[in-house]
Amino acid sequence: MTMAAALNSALDHAMELDDKVIIIGEDVADPAGGVLKVTKGLSTKYGTGRVRATPIAEQAIVGAAIGAALGGYRPVAEVMYMDFTAVALDQIVNHAAKLRYMSGGASPVPLTIRTCIGMQRFGAQHAQSLEAWFMHTPGIKVVMPSTATEAKGLLASCIADDDPCLFVENFAMVFSQKGDVPVGEFRIPLGEAAVKRAGSDVSVITYGAAVHTALEAAEQAAAAGISLEVIDLRTLMPLDWDTVLQSVSLTRRAIVLHDATMFCGPGAEIAARIHEELFEELLAPVKRLGAAYTPAPYAPSGLPFLPTAADVLAGAKQLTG
Amino acid sequence: MVASARARERYPGRPARTSRQRGADGHRTIDCDTTTLESYEPTVRAYAPQHSWEQMVTNTLSETDPTRNALSPADMLRLYRSMRLIAAVDQRINQEVRAGTLNAATYPVRGLEGSCAAVGLNLRPVDQLVSTYRNLGDALAKGSSLDALVAEIYGRLTGASKGKGGAMHLQDQSVGFVTSTGIVGSGIPIAVGLGVAAQLDGSDRVVVTTFGDGATSIGAFHESMNLASLWRLPVIFVCQNNQWGEHTPIAEYAASTDLAGRAAAYAMASARVDGFDPIATALEVRVAVERARRGEGPTFLEVVTYRLTGHSGVSDYSYVPKDALARALERDPVPTFRRRMVEQGVAPVAEIEEIDSQIAAEVDAAFSKALEEPFPPPSERFTDVFADERLVQGL
Repeated sequence: MTMAAALNSALDHAMELDDKVIIIGEDVADPAGGVLKVTKGLSTKYGTGRVRATPIAEQAIVGAAIGAALGGYRPVAEVMYMDFTAVALDQIVNHAAKLRYMSGGASPVPLTIRTCIGMQRFGAQHAQSLEAWFMHTPGIKVVMPSTATEAKGLLASCIADDDPCLFVENFAMVFSQKGDVPVGEFRIPLGEAAVKRAGSDVSVITYGAAVHTALEAAEQAAAAGISLEVIDLRTLMPLDWDTVLQSVSLTRRAIVLHDATMFCGPGAEIAARIHEELFEELLAPVKRLGAAYTPAPYAPSGLPFLPTAADVLAGAKQLTG
Repeated sequence: MVASARARERYPGRPARTSRQRGADGHRTIDCDTTTLESYEPTVRAYAPQHSWEQMVTNTLSETDPTRNALSPADMLRLYRSMRLIAAVDQRINQEVRAGTLNAATYPVRGLEGSCAAVGLNLRPVDQLVSTYRNLGDALAKGSSLDALVAEIYGRLTGASKGKGGAMHLQDQSVGFVTSTGIVGSGIPIAVGLGVAAQLDGSDRVVVTTFGDGATSIGAFHESMNLASLWRLPVIFVCQNNQWGEHTPIAEYAASTDLAGRAAAYAMASARVDGFDPIATALEVRVAVERARRGEGPTFLEVVTYRLTGHSGVSDYSYVPKDALARALERDPVPTFRRRMVEQGVAPVAEIEEIDSQIAAEVDAAFSKALEEPFPPPSERFTDVFADERLVQGL
């Protein structure tokens, strides 16, 4: 099953189990069934009352989803690309994330916002990894899966969660990631990292699409005699510090890897925390790898942007050298 | 990264510490033809002449059918009680803020007492209201607990939001006063979503969202008007047109000051009403609420009024034309409506005076009580960020 089908399955089961689950977003109803076909068939099965295709109006989409959540529903809002969350940032940051707190707990917002990181071939406005913005906003959970199975289990958990969750998909992975996805109800708890490859020399702490970069690097590193442990955080808020710190305390070296801009990226927080907690155990400073401090370039080569497996391998060699 | 000249001065003789350069490959230059567009003349359309707020009100009044211009004496008393309470709390808050005994950003509702009460009169507890930072009138008219609101404004644990929301974010979910937002126009799409919930529930509850004239400039307003009309949601958009967007008069920020007229662009029913006339407003709200309950969709209601104070509790108000303000003050809703009740013999003067003194005592009691309430304890510090406070500890 592709990640697209896994996401569809999670939505389908959530809607079947709980008639308070609704979907709001651009093009989500049939026959379009979503730009990436993730919501295909759902409006036919559950009706256009519960699967609502909207105008191109991100503030209204997210705002209406917040309102429906306050009205007792569990909406899943779709913001087509992560770049477009900027259009709805007021609703996400000032309302979804803060309403529970500002009301002293009277107004929880059980909302899931699905969004997607595009590709460089779309240019600089459809390829940004903006998760650090939301990690920096108290009150919203941030989830970024790397496989089809986890996409299903984590999305199901987001929908069932009583807090707002930003669920970040990846355009390429929606189709490229395939796996044996459990049918029926299946959840993976938020806040639990997964060790995707055990290793003993360097911990590579990563999430989302960069997990596959790390796994590729781990293969190459093994051939070079370096053992990488790959940790897939899966959720960035809450973040599984226990797994991160346990792994690094064993390997005593760490690389933090992500497709978000390295400067002030999620890796800065993770590296700082590792230094604070494990300074005396570390054999080398934590290495950060992230996107270059440029908008996403369009040219397919010539302007290096995302960190590659070769960068990870070079980093691992540097740390173990 | 380049070396800092200041750092060179401060640390002379030490090598500059700059990060390694990351793949700087330079830029590719693309040559292309430049096509010059023919200059074109934009089409100029004539819009209807703009009216002053007083002309708007006059128009509304002249169109008001006198046979509809009546409420039952019981409803008039309810309206008056609500208006009087709003005015008394508003006045007390402003006194305390100006005296420095209340440190809160507050936004007076003087001038809106009647229109807020008129909305409240037509709503049931199950109906929902989304307000703005100028929320006190809406909060009280919707039946929120006076003690909980005042304690919240003082940041106390017994406040409606445990002191975590404050004056700008008053809410009382128990009576359908859902939220007040501090961002202009941003409550409007949330009200639309509450309307979606009401519609999906198959209930006849309605949602009202209030906002100032200034909010009609923001994108979320237009997105929401379209969506509510497209989905025929039970939402009533109450625009409290007080003629000022913060410190700028409406004619200087709106290309068309015909706010009610904007609803037509979204195929939405709309009406303009004299916001200084609580009865006329209550009757218009009633029509809109009944339409929404019957599933006939949203209404945009422009409540024409005038801001009788500065934008915030302490802001300057000297920029307001003196004569316009003086004329508006002649229509100050609470004393005007009180006079009208007496003249029409709705209730004996003694009964009205009794209401006034009861309210004064209630307000005094709420303020005294709030000051004795505790502030939120340290154990509340990380609660209500998420459902599970353990997620936040140590961050």
